[in-house]
Amino acid sequence: MPKPTTLLDARAIDRTLRRMADEIVELFGGTDDVVVVGIERRGVQLADRIVALIAKQEGVTVARGALDITLYRDDLQTVGPRPVVGRTQLPLTLDGKRVVIVDDVLYTGRTIRAALDELADFGRPARIALAVLVDRGGRELPIHADVVGRSVDVAPGQRVDVMLAEVDERDAVILADRDAA
Amino acid sequence: MTGPLGKDLLGLADLSAEQIRLILDTAVPFKEISERQIKKVPTLRGMTIVNLFFENSTRTRVSFEFAEKRLSADTVNVAASTSSVSKGETLVDTARNLEAMRIDMVVIRHPASGAPRFLAERIDSNVINAGDGTHEHPTQGLLDLLTLRDHLGDLAGRRICIVGDVLHSRVARSNIYGLQKLGAEVAVCGPRSLLPNAVHELGVQVFDRIEAAIEWAEALNVLRLQLERMQAGYIPSLREYNRVFGVTSARLERASRDLLILHPGPMNRGVEIDSDVADGPHSVILHQVTNGVAVRMAVLYLLAGGRPDLADAAKGGRA
Repeated sequence: MPKPTTLLDARAIDRTLRRMADEIVELFGGTDDVVVVGIERRGVQLADRIVALIAKQEGVTVARGALDITLYRDDLQTVGPRPVVGRTQLPLTLDGKRVVIVDDVLYTGRTIRAALDELADFGRPARIALAVLVDRGGRELPIHADVVGRSVDVAPGQRVDVMLAEVDERDAVILADRDAA
Repeated sequence: MTGPLGKDLLGLADLSAEQIRLILDTAVPFKEISERQIKKVPTLRGMTIVNLFFENSTRTRVSFEFAEKRLSADTVNVAASTSSVSKGETLVDTARNLEAMRIDMVVIRHPASGAPRFLAERIDSNVINAGDGTHEHPTQGLLDLLTLRDHLGDLAGRRICIVGDVLHSRVARSNIYGLQKLGAEVAVCGPRSLLPNAVHELGVQVFDRIEAAIEWAEALNVLRLQLERMQAGYIPSLREYNRVFGVTSARLERASRDLLILHPGPMNRGVEIDSDVADGPHSVILHQVTNGVAVRMAVLYLLAGGRPDLADAAKGGRA
C-alpha cells in the first residue's frame, strides 16, 4: 500500500489561497457585487480565508455566505440521509451578484451541481464562478472550475483529504489510500 | 431500507435518546428553509406521501402538509369522513389500496391507540404516527422538546410539568417519554380523575395543586381540556376547573421565577389557560407551531431513502 503523500503543506496552502484570491478578483475585474460562498464544511473556512485575503490585498471586504447542499443531493434514495444537516446562510437575494463558489476538492461535480440548484433558489446571480483548492479529476458532469489551487490526477481508489486548522488543528492536503483511516 | 430512525415513527417510547437528539439537531437547519423567499428544497422530489386522517385536525395536518411540500414531496390528503372508510372499508384495505398506487409514506391520525403500529406492520411504506387515541403523538412531543431546548438549552435536570387531562392525552405521554429520555425531571398536575391510576409507574412527580407545580417547574405544558370530559363526569364544571387548575397570570406572578408556557393547541381560553398568559411574554405557543414544521421536515427526511443495496453502487461516485 502506498504511503499517504502530502500534496500541499501549510505554507503551500497559504500561498495557493493568496493566488486564488488574486485570480478571483481578476476574474471579476474587481470586487463589486462579489459574494464568496463556501460549501459546508471545509469550503466555508476556505471562503473565509479568501475573503480575508481579498480584504488585505484590495482593502474591500466582500460579502460571504455558506451553503449546505445536503438537501439538494441526488443520492438520498440510495445512500440515505446524512446524519446532521448543516446550515445555509446567504445574503437575502443573490439577484445581480457575482458569486464565486468555494470548495475544497472538485471530483465528480455532483456537489457543485447541487450547489448551483440551491443558489438558484436564492435569486439570479449575474455570474457564478467556481474556485477549488484541489481539482482531482474524475468528473461525472459537465462542470469545470474557473480558479484552481492545485490540479492532480488521482486514481479512483485514492482520496484527497483537505485538513484546515479551523476544524482539523492543522493545514495540509494529503493523498491517501481510500481504505486508510 | 431503513435510515437512522428505522422504518416508522410510531412513538417516542420506541426511540433512543440519541435518535431523539438526532431529530432535534436535524430540525434546526430546517427552520431556515421556512424563512427563505422560496420555501422549498428538492430533497423528497418524486416521493408520494398520503396524509390519512381519521380524526379532525387542522394544525397537525397543515403542519405535515407544509413540511412535505417544503421538501418537494407530492401529497394527498384523505379525510376519513369523505373516503370509503365511511362505506365500511377496513384500515388495512384502505392503506393497501393506496399502496397499490405506489406511495412512499403514510402519515396517519386515528382515534384507536395502536392503529399506526397495526398499519406499519402490514404495509411497506414508512408510517408516521400523527396521533393515535390516547397512546402517543410523537411529532408533537418532538416539537415541544425542540421548543423547550431552544429556550432552556440542554434539558438534562430541567423541571417540566404537564398540566391537565393527562389520562386521555397522547401529547402528555409523548412528552413524558421524550423528556425523560433527555434527562429532564417531569411532573404532572391535574385533578385525580384525569390522571392515570398508575401515574407513578410513569416515573413522574404528581402535584395536586397547581400552585405547587408552578413553584417547582421551569416550564408548564398546559394540555387542552376536552369539553366532553365535563359531560362524562370527570370534572364538575369548566368554571371550577379554571378556578382550581387554570394557569392564570395571578398564579404565575406569585412564582419566584418566570415560567415558559407551552400549549399543544387548540386552546380553551379561560378554561385551562387564561388569555393574558397565552398571549403573554413567557408564552412560546406560536414558537411551538413554527417548530412543528421543522421537526416534521426532519422526521420525513430521516425516514426517507437509505437503500443499502444501492448505496454500495453509489459509494464509488462519492461527490
